Amino acid sequence: MSERLLELQQVTKSFGAVRALKGVSFDLLPGEVHALLGENGAGKSTLIKIIAGAHVPDSGIVAFHGESVTDLTPSRARALGVACIYQQPALFPELTVVENIALRLESLRMFRWIRWGDRLVSAKRLLKQVGANLDATRRVSELSMPQQQLVEIACALGVGAKVLIMDEPTSALTRSEQTLLLGLVKDLRRRGIGVVYISHRLEEIFELADRVTVLRDGESVGTFRASEVTEIQLIERMVGREVTQVYPTRDGSCARAVLELESVSCGSSGVHDVSLVVHAGEVVGVSGLVGAGRTELARVLFGLTPAESGSIRIDGEPVRIHSPQSAMKHGIGYVPEDRRRHGIILEMSVAANITLAVHSRVFPGGWLRSSAETLLASQFIEDLGIKAESPEAPGATLSGGNQQKVSLARWLATQPKILILDEPTQGVDIGAKAEIHRIIRDLARKGLAVIMISSDLPEILGMSDRIVVMRQGRVAGILPGGAEARTVMAMAVGPVGSILRENS
Amino acid sequence: MTEPPPPSPTTTQETEVSPTRSVLTPFHGYFREWSVAVALVSLLVVLRFAAPGFYQLQPLLSLLTRESPTLVVTAGIALVMICRHVDISVGSVFGVCSVVAGLLWSRHWPAPAVFVATVTCGGLAGMINGGLVAGLRLPSIVVTLATMVTWREGLRWVRQGEFVNLPENAQWLGLAQFSGQLSLVALSFLVFVVIYIASEYMVGGRYIYAVGSDREAARLAGVPASRVTFLTFVLLGVLTGLAAWMGVVQSPQVDPKAGAGLELKAIAAAVVGGVAVSGGRGNLWGVFVGLLLLVCVNPALTHLHIEAHWEKAIQGGVILIAVLADGWRGRFR
Repeated sequence: MSERLLELQQVTKSFGAVRALKGVSFDLLPGEVHALLGENGAGKSTLIKIIAGAHVPDSGIVAFHGESVTDLTPSRARALGVACIYQQPALFPELTVVENIALRLESLRMFRWIRWGDRLVSAKRLLKQVGANLDATRRVSELSMPQQQLVEIACALGVGAKVLIMDEPTSALTRSEQTLLLGLVKDLRRRGIGVVYISHRLEEIFELADRVTVLRDGESVGTFRASEVTEIQLIERMVGREVTQVYPTRDGSCARAVLELESVSCGSSGVHDVSLVVHAGEVVGVSGLVGAGRTELARVLFGLTPAESGSIRIDGEPVRIHSPQSAMKHGIGYVPEDRRRHGIILEMSVAANITLAVHSRVFPGGWLRSSAETLLASQFIEDLGIKAESPEAPGATLSGGNQQKVSLARWLATQPKILILDEPTQGVDIGAKAEIHRIIRDLARKGLAVIMISSDLPEILGMSDRIVVMRQGRVAGILPGGAEARTVMAMAVGPVGSILRENS
Repeated sequence: MTEPPPPSPTTTQETEVSPTRSVLTPFHGYFREWSVAVALVSLLVVLRFAAPGFYQLQPLLSLLTRESPTLVVTAGIALVMICRHVDISVGSVFGVCSVVAGLLWSRHWPAPAVFVATVTCGGLAGMINGGLVAGLRLPSIVVTLATMVTWREGLRWVRQGEFVNLPENAQWLGLAQFSGQLSLVALSFLVFVVIYIASEYMVGGRYIYAVGSDREAARLAGVPASRVTFLTFVLLGVLTGLAAWMGVVQSPQVDPKAGAGLELKAIAAAVVGGVAVSGGRGNLWGVFVGLLLLVCVNPALTHLHIEAHWEKAIQGGVILIAVLADGWRGRFR
């Protein structure tokens, strides 16, 4: 056996109460592509951040070339030959290619002269090595996405990377660009570089990887030789988790159609030809991988990025939704993802947050009356069981689950017909999660049409009356509520075997 | 279905948290405003003993009258800053409005018409700033820098530094000086109180805070963020027009350089009074106290027999202390 470039043994990592990694072992050989596979939140990014020195593991061993390294920092990792390439290239857009490469390669000392002549020569050499046919004096912002990725790889070669981590490098690329990149990865492998490759696209993994490690819920489910495992086996391992949580019972009494979409598209935000019917009293789960266009669809429905073509009908009436205000007028509410950032206003009180979307209705004449505000707010605080010191407490003082309930209360106060929930339980503890699920089910029972976007597959399976699976901005399929996890996952990942295979 | 919480934690909470809370509640969250108020009161107490001359009615009234336009402008600029923007063109807009008022008055327009025209002029200037900032999403510092220079230079080109002479009855609106001064001070206080109440108790005021805290979050909550930003700038323009009119009636002539440095004074008062440059935080009564503190520095120096050229340095020091206090508090929270 050749010497291992990298070895992780029983690595654990927790963030607060969340255990992101529960004892994961992983290793990488020279000249190998080792794929990491797992659902969103399975612990892939935590793992690669540990390798890159961005996170310090709570316990376990990280070893490079057989030597255990304890206090790994990003710069230490770089010195040991670790380089990362992310979905979005991390280059400075306003600097030229040479400048970007020079910044990566020069040691980080403030008062040191850079010999630009030499830099240009070596940049050109590196670009040639990765087969990039581009002018090194161009500004990075003028380059296409794959060209930028080539520059990233050139940087990695320049610093003499031994371990290259690629996090979904092809997700922003077109088919032919993907083929190009995959060819380059194979070339890197021939040079003896070890590649940790993360992708949701099984086709790529079968094309490239020597071995595959599947992560699920922060644990390694196993490492397989890519040649000895089938697509179905991998999907089963990815989703094989038991549904441990108990979900409220579904009634699935679908009455009249409230919202009807007919080939709705918004090309600029990546939503294509979406047709969908949502009934009163129904929870429609929207599943798909990160970047499948789920949030983008929600933003179209809420008028943040209005639909460019197609028709939207509400209660049978054709409507145009061109702004959040018009969406609200038509009875649409939107609880956004990333609650800390957009769900509530942290500086404002709980009461002000709850009433923010209904100010014009609750306060006729435009004057705030604290009695009316407190009344409305305390009603929701009681109904949803929001734990806050008082209605006047700033939103920042609440826990994640309670902030989410405040965000939910704000939209319930508008008495919507259609409620869009974007990752309603992300980063929320188990108890609050169950409570939010119960609230959602109650709302549906009262006749609200609920669209629930979630990356949490058990949540989608447990809550939805119907499941819409999206892939690359399109509806990949619509499944009934009782669908199996692997059916959903297979639909989200897409068919295996395609152009890529033919090209190789 | 939520069970009532067990009694023991509730009692601990009450015994531990409530008493401190109830004592500190009026101060809690208003740390900055109260510390500025304490500074102001200390200064006034020192003056009471060290320089009783400061408390003579006429000089004090003159001081307040002179600063009454600043107070009105400061109310507007505080709102713009709470909305996470800034407007450095107010000084120039003030100058333009003053000259417009003077020219119309010297052409014997009736006083009410002059008033309306001046305020409208300010409102239009605010619409230009607001339109560029809210409509085109340009950074307010750059937009208002451009309008600041444009208005000021335009004014110099048109007037060549020439003063405008006002007709006889314009100064103090034909009132006696004392009652004229009293009316202006009363008017500025009234305007300030109205803006304060509106910022606290009107939906629009709440929207300004929401947009300033987090524009995207406010937009996702259905707040018309662009319109709120635009109208805040227009309000500042209107208030600047009003302030210019209040400045014009104080003297027999209009200086075309009127309003130079006004923007810095108003922004300084807002910052000292606790308005966060990062938006969403601040309170108009704090701004009021902040402005009073700054304007008291100069007469205090005179009465304490310190040379007047220390005024700017001391004002700068006050601003620096205020900002340092914010940084210090932010770090240890």
